[in-house]
Amino acid sequence: MTLTAIIFAGILTYFTRMTMIALISRDMLGDKIKAVLEYVPSAVFPAIIFPGIFINDFGTFIDMNDPKIFGALVAVIVGYFSKNIIATILAGLVSYWFLIFVVFN
Amino acid sequence: MLSKKQLFTRGMLDISPHMLSVIPFGIICGAIGVELGFHPYLVYAMSFIIFGGASQIVFLQLLSGGASSLVAVASVGIINSRHLLYGAVLSEYLEKLSFIKKLLISYVVVDQGFAESNKFFKKNRNEEFLHYHLIGTGCTMWVCWQIATLSGIVLGSFVPEELGLKFAIPLTFIAIVVQDLKKLDHVIVMITCGLSSLLFFDAPFKSYIIISPIIALFVAALLLRLKK
Repeated sequence: MTLTAIIFAGILTYFTRMTMIALISRDMLGDKIKAVLEYVPSAVFPAIIFPGIFINDFGTFIDMNDPKIFGALVAVIVGYFSKNIIATILAGLVSYWFLIFVVFN
Repeated sequence: MLSKKQLFTRGMLDISPHMLSVIPFGIICGAIGVELGFHPYLVYAMSFIIFGGASQIVFLQLLSGGASSLVAVASVGIINSRHLLYGAVLSEYLEKLSFIKKLLISYVVVDQGFAESNKFFKKNRNEEFLHYHLIGTGCTMWVCWQIATLSGIVLGSFVPEELGLKFAIPLTFIAIVVQDLKKLDHVIVMITCGLSSLLFFDAPFKSYIIISPIIALFVAALLLRLKK
């Protein structure tokens, strides 16, 4: 029963991945749409970033003094200047850990 | 002109820093599935059949919380509908490929792979075998995801929960978009998307994940009109 649901979920997911790649040709997208599509990364990823920072495991908003906000700010600053993915992730994690294990402990 | 192998390797190298967040997240995903009481084989089957981080966790959490299979399947479909946008962007670069190749490549498209390959494509439009970069990012993610979720399933949550490693996921995406903060139009689009995602977080079927990009793209279209 669960396996059937997994298979359906998998097929559905595959279709979301495949549809636009396989069925759209260049002529079907006008220049205006292409120009808007330039913004896809900026228009999609914050929907993963913001809830990941501001909403906790129970689906409610975090406090404004939550260590995650500080960690995310440090990651933004380090990422902006270093242009390095590993430095960005580590800076965010380490500053977050510093707050939860050292400062707030 | 870069060879197929060079492009594949470049793709692998471009996505590998993201494994710092993907691997702990995969371990957590595998461990959660078993903790929620699902058979280990089923939990692993998801990594192979669905192959989509957050959607796998949501699927199991919904089922174990008593939701119907239909609701769980619909939620996975909606969470992953953002791939329609990635596909629309990628289609321009993959156009010359045969239909079969397009079908095969589609299976390995993931968020971070799309992001890194798209950055590479924009700078190297004229490469003949561009798609090998996407295969490189996708296959690297696929292998790491299988190993990570399997380890979580077999070994349990050996990553201490206190470390809060789920937080590495928003950080990995910060690393992807942070350079676009230099451009005001992108900043406006990002803030629109981020605020919308918080505003619509409680919308049914996790639909905030596609509602907010649509709102943000609408704002992007308005900005383009203003620029002219």
